[in-house]
Amino acid sequence: MKFVDEFRDSELITRARDEIRRLADPARHYRLMEVCGGHTHAIYRFGLKDVLPSNLELIHGPGCPVCVLPMGRIDDGLELAGRPDVIFAAFGDMMRVPGAHGSPLEHKARGVDVRIVYSPTDALKLARSNPGRHVMFFAIGFETTAPSTALTLMRARAEGIGNFSVFCNHVTIIPAIRAILDSPDMRLDGFIGPGHVSTVIGCRPYEWIARTEGKPIVVSGFEPLDLLQSIVMLLRQLRDGRAEVENQYQRVVPWEGNRAALAAMAEVFELRPYFEWRGLGFISQSALRLREEYARWDAERVFSVAGVRVTDPKAAQCGEVLKGVLKPAQCKLFGKECTPEHPVGALMVSSEGSCAAYYNYEHRKTAGQLRILTPA
Amino acid sequence: MCLAIPGRIVELVSDPVPLALVEVTGVRRRVDLGLLHDDMPKVGDWVLIHVGFAMSRISEEQAAEQMRMIAMLGEDEAAMEEVRGYGLEGREP
Repeated sequence: MKFVDEFRDSELITRARDEIRRLADPARHYRLMEVCGGHTHAIYRFGLKDVLPSNLELIHGPGCPVCVLPMGRIDDGLELAGRPDVIFAAFGDMMRVPGAHGSPLEHKARGVDVRIVYSPTDALKLARSNPGRHVMFFAIGFETTAPSTALTLMRARAEGIGNFSVFCNHVTIIPAIRAILDSPDMRLDGFIGPGHVSTVIGCRPYEWIARTEGKPIVVSGFEPLDLLQSIVMLLRQLRDGRAEVENQYQRVVPWEGNRAALAAMAEVFELRPYFEWRGLGFISQSALRLREEYARWDAERVFSVAGVRVTDPKAAQCGEVLKGVLKPAQCKLFGKECTPEHPVGALMVSSEGSCAAYYNYEHRKTAGQLRILTPA
Repeated sequence: MCLAIPGRIVELVSDPVPLALVEVTGVRRRVDLGLLHDDMPKVGDWVLIHVGFAMSRISEEQAAEQMRMIAMLGEDEAAMEEVRGYGLEGREP
């Protein structure tokens, strides 16, 4: 067996792989979910699936913020963007995500004032430098980006900047995991916990998964060795009949998380009673909105928002793929109508979406266009 | 957006909010330190940056690992585009 040199510590990787093969009981079928889209990307990129025994299946979770945002929210945001006084600011990741009437980028081509920002503070700067316009920041992301939006809003409030608002689509990871565990067609043995979300929330919020649901969860780093070690830790727990929260990514993730980030989120946001997720439907207390004290900077209160609900294009099966019920290539549109160049669904847009990851690595590998790092 | 980009702090700035001039493979940009106020970094320290905010302090070795990881995922161009974009609000896409 030989790994391509790009894998540092290839001996450790070989050892972890052998340990996985030793621990996996051939009489069992293991279904482990990697919650985070960054992990999904890494798993495909490194061809980890080919290193794992065939009775160990990795299920891709809901941790891709662009992918889980229902199309109606994009349309609501873009409708406000069409107002002549409004500048629509969003991260680059959002720009190619299709709404019912086109993506933000396509709206820009039609003359709508759409701007890419790389930080929410830059959207606030945009408001300072355009006092005659209203800058609406279309905020997306889990707990990795929500604290930055919160701190930006605290600054806007402290400075009394009136021509700035946030169209808040921030979601929280724990209720999504709960919804997946509650879903009757989903049988999982354990979770690979998200890395960067956990730098903010820490490891405590996962304890119920172990205690109440009896499932092991290991917070993991992103390197091939990290992921393989996390799988070893999960298999050891399953072998011993344990269900615990373990932290494989201790070098970055503190058990208690980032207190300053959590405090900023608590100051600015409160939980919505419910929020719609693509594929998962309405999940109670799964998303954030601005507190009353920040109503002046809440785009949904400053403007009237239609609250449109748009179903995904009928033939696209984004929801089933998001839930892990279908593999990307099982969708009827995969690789045909829907490709990274011409995405129909959001899972094909983001590099963390499982369809794009599968297309860029597995599909091209099968088509002979890509060399993947697997054992020779 | 979901990239965690490692950078080295070259200068601390008070604006009046805590900021730092951070270097990421030769590119220098200001990042916000407001989410690290419990554990303020010093000049020379390494941090992981998300959307223009330093989110955690890391070691130099972890920073190198993270940068290599980003390159292996083919995200190095996207990461540098993000870093170059900090502070240049509203740039044309």
